[in-house]
Amino acid sequence: MSSATLHDHGHAHHHETFLTKYIFSQDHKMIGKQFLVTAVFMAFVAMMMSVLFRLQLAWPDEQFEIVKFFLGETWAPDGIMDRNMYLALVTIHGTIMVFFVLTGGLSGTFSNLLIPLQIGARDMASGLLNMLSYWFFAVSSVIMIASLFLEGGPASGGWTVYPPLSALPQAMPGSGSGMTFWLVSMGLFIVSSLLGGLNYIVTILNLRTKGMSMTRLPLTIWAFLVTAILGVLSFPVLFSAVLLLIMDRSFGTAFYLSDIFINGEVLNATGGSPILYQHLFWFLGHPEVYIIMLPALGITSEIIATNSRKPIFGYKAMVGSILAIGFLSFIVWGHHMFVTGMNPFLGSVFVVTTLLIAIPSAVKAFNYITTLWRGQIVYTPAMLFSIALVSSFVTGGVTGIILADSTLDINVHDTYFVVGHFHIVMGMSAILGMLAGVYHWFPKMFGRMLNTKLGYVHFWLTFVCAYGVFFPMHYLGLAGAPRRYYQWSEFAMFDGVIDLNVIITVFAIIGSISQLFFLYNFVYSIFRGQVATQNPWKSNTLEWTTPVKHIHGNWEGDLPEVHRWAYDYSNPAWDEDFVPQTTPLKEGEVAH
Amino acid sequence: MSKILVIAVVVLVIVAVAQLSKLYELSRKVAKKREEDISLASNKLNANLMLVYMVAFYAFFIYLTVAYGDKMLPVAASEHGASVDSLMNLNLIFVSAVFFLMNTLLFVFAAKYYKREGQKATFLSHDNRLELIWTVIPAIVLFAIVISGLVVWNDITDAPDEDSIVIELYSKQFDWTARYGGEDNELGKASVNFISATNPLGVISSEVLLDKKGEMNEEIALLEEELANGVYSDDVESGKRTKLSNLLAQRARVAGFKFIEEELARGYDDKLVKAEFHVPVGRQIQFQFRSQDVIHSAYMPHFRAQMNTVPGMVTTFNLTPTITTDSMRTITGDKDFSYILLCNKICGSAHYNMQMDIVVDTEEDYKKWLASQKTFATAYGLEDKENGLAANNK
Repeated sequence: MSSATLHDHGHAHHHETFLTKYIFSQDHKMIGKQFLVTAVFMAFVAMMMSVLFRLQLAWPDEQFEIVKFFLGETWAPDGIMDRNMYLALVTIHGTIMVFFVLTGGLSGTFSNLLIPLQIGARDMASGLLNMLSYWFFAVSSVIMIASLFLEGGPASGGWTVYPPLSALPQAMPGSGSGMTFWLVSMGLFIVSSLLGGLNYIVTILNLRTKGMSMTRLPLTIWAFLVTAILGVLSFPVLFSAVLLLIMDRSFGTAFYLSDIFINGEVLNATGGSPILYQHLFWFLGHPEVYIIMLPALGITSEIIATNSRKPIFGYKAMVGSILAIGFLSFIVWGHHMFVTGMNPFLGSVFVVTTLLIAIPSAVKAFNYITTLWRGQIVYTPAMLFSIALVSSFVTGGVTGIILADSTLDINVHDTYFVVGHFHIVMGMSAILGMLAGVYHWFPKMFGRMLNTKLGYVHFWLTFVCAYGVFFPMHYLGLAGAPRRYYQWSEFAMFDGVIDLNVIITVFAIIGSISQLFFLYNFVYSIFRGQVATQNPWKSNTLEWTTPVKHIHGNWEGDLPEVHRWAYDYSNPAWDEDFVPQTTPLKEGEVAH
Repeated sequence: MSKILVIAVVVLVIVAVAQLSKLYELSRKVAKKREEDISLASNKLNANLMLVYMVAFYAFFIYLTVAYGDKMLPVAASEHGASVDSLMNLNLIFVSAVFFLMNTLLFVFAAKYYKREGQKATFLSHDNRLELIWTVIPAIVLFAIVISGLVVWNDITDAPDEDSIVIELYSKQFDWTARYGGEDNELGKASVNFISATNPLGVISSEVLLDKKGEMNEEIALLEEELANGVYSDDVESGKRTKLSNLLAQRARVAGFKFIEEELARGYDDKLVKAEFHVPVGRQIQFQFRSQDVIHSAYMPHFRAQMNTVPGMVTTFNLTPTITTDSMRTITGDKDFSYILLCNKICGSAHYNMQMDIVVDTEEDYKKWLASQKTFATAYGLEDKENGLAANNK
């Protein structure tokens, strides 16, 4: 442990100013909190956007003061949303949620906070890279938000920004400088994600404390590790896609463009392929789903085991399925492209690989449910959110079976069936997982407790509204209603289902207002919450052996030594229903 | 006024929550309770709510299915559509079964196993036999799903029949044009380089070739002269220069195109229609899709058909309509019923209203309708060529 001792000395005489402690901090715990606060802000912005476009969808010709209040006379003349602004809001809502909240926010917060604390390390392998990772994230967030105020509006081609629509400023107002901002912001975001990811991988592989073998890692850490590997392997591909798109837009190349006639003239672009962009985009885009999902599942594994007071069922199978999902996620991207004119045989290959992912996913779901069986469930707010996650993971996952089947996808592709599917399996699940994590580790982050009763109110309202919003979307989709439509009144065939939009919007509004319970609780408790005890949830993992008040280097004195796995809950050999990982084995006890 | 009202309500809600939570915290302090101590009553309440939630959720599911079920999957009007639907229904039943099974297990366990004082959970870390079962069973079921899906997929994506009718669906912001192959059932060559007011799809014939070359030469000459003699602001001048260089490149491209005589005659008898296109019942249609600006998607929900239209490439989809529009009006009881083609890939501001009607006729009516449509030759002002290739060959 000589390196650790050396490290200690580095922290011995450390004077901190406000700037080094709160702004340019290199401490992983502070960086985690920075990510969280930024993500909460971004999440509220994106949620507000969704309320605005939901109003438009439910009551297309109605005038809304609130729409005018937020969008102004230009984008909402007389309180009716402009149709380009509708597309802009949908686009930026998706971009912020997928990348800024559920990738940057989720991994950034919990990988940073938990990796060193749960593996027994003083800090991340590189504090500097870690700090840079946050600041690239912050700058890219600012640019994305700034794009909202551009004259032509922000990027509006959907969060996937397919060229040629996104490549040609003539094609829509949002493809002008709004798109440039989007691309620059995403470029910086990718840099942030790579810096973070490399750091997480190196830290997990190299800085585990004595006794913390890979097979004793909590499932959170396994999830963060595989997530980071996915990010490091796939984000560079998105970076190339973004770079080539910048070239096509600004430097006259034609990677994605060919044979285009727009605004009365033929463009001087031949030989490119719009489909190339889609391959590059989804080569990231699909692993991205798991970059979002795995951390949420990791968090859930930890919380469900702790609060069921039982070991997570099938630890090895859980690790195996994380690895299997990680690997398979790289060879399924084509299922987003069944109707692009891609070779049908290639399509069938992607059908097979995609459906394979259902197997490890099913294993995970069964294992969660079995963990509850004969448990002693303690209903902390975090536990409620985790159980809800398992439900949404299942409910959203099963409709994936239909979308993965190229034959069935033909008819529901790009309809509300897809919108319902991915919002439940990935959006709702990951947000529930993130909230579960916030409730569970809030005492570790801020040294104070969140208000439990408010947590209950927040949870039940959120859970009711989340399904209330996304579940009816499947019915719209099966009736053939396409996504990204400003209004559906132009088609008689949707008359029968159009009132579902009202139900959805009402749930969306109530659900959004419910988040104020969380916001209030979050902000109030940071400053005034009950002061936390060291191990409030009676948990086994190492982070609960650190002092409540944050110190540099995490542990006073030597690093803890690990003697067992993280899941010795209700072990019959012990009287207590939890045995922290630092507890030495009893005589005759077999190590896990 | 309403702005103030909204803000006031939000503020009041926050204040109310704040006061309530303060009250709650004070009462906790008096009772010396900590946030992490979850009482038996709380555990029980949440456990019971899980059950209530499950019942409410299932009721919602059933309500939606009963109230909207008949709007789902409108009657399939194509040959493959029927097999897609039976596959879809099978999948929906299977998926719903899994949905109910898993959610019921989850919520029932969540309701049943809440913490009781002095009890310990069952220590159960793994069970290889159980885990094997729920790995192997999904694998087998998925195998069956994959196979049954791919059988239909291969069928749908199979090569077109020899006697299928070729129709091009052409997309641009924000409308569709359909082009029929005419007498020879073959589409004339086309390219965006030849688009003009009288030739919206850029169909190529020797006249078009000649006209376009002449037109470009004129434009180029004019621009060159303007640039040589005129004085312009920087903006205008650079605009003109870009236009000129684009035109020069286009001229070079066009000069590079090589055609054989026969190809250039193929387009004369093509027929272009807008707003509504007709197809005969019971004949396979081989759709070919092109787009001139951005990606669109040709979605024909009643035929269970969808294919993106991609600039720079031709995509295809084959289908056989099985129900005429008239019969469908009887089936649905809606005398205004019409099949539609709509755009299902975000393409710009009017994406939500980019549609075309489809009429499925009897073979007879279809022929009558088609005969009444103008040929490309006529539309382009080449009446003598309107019998197309057939006349040319004589």
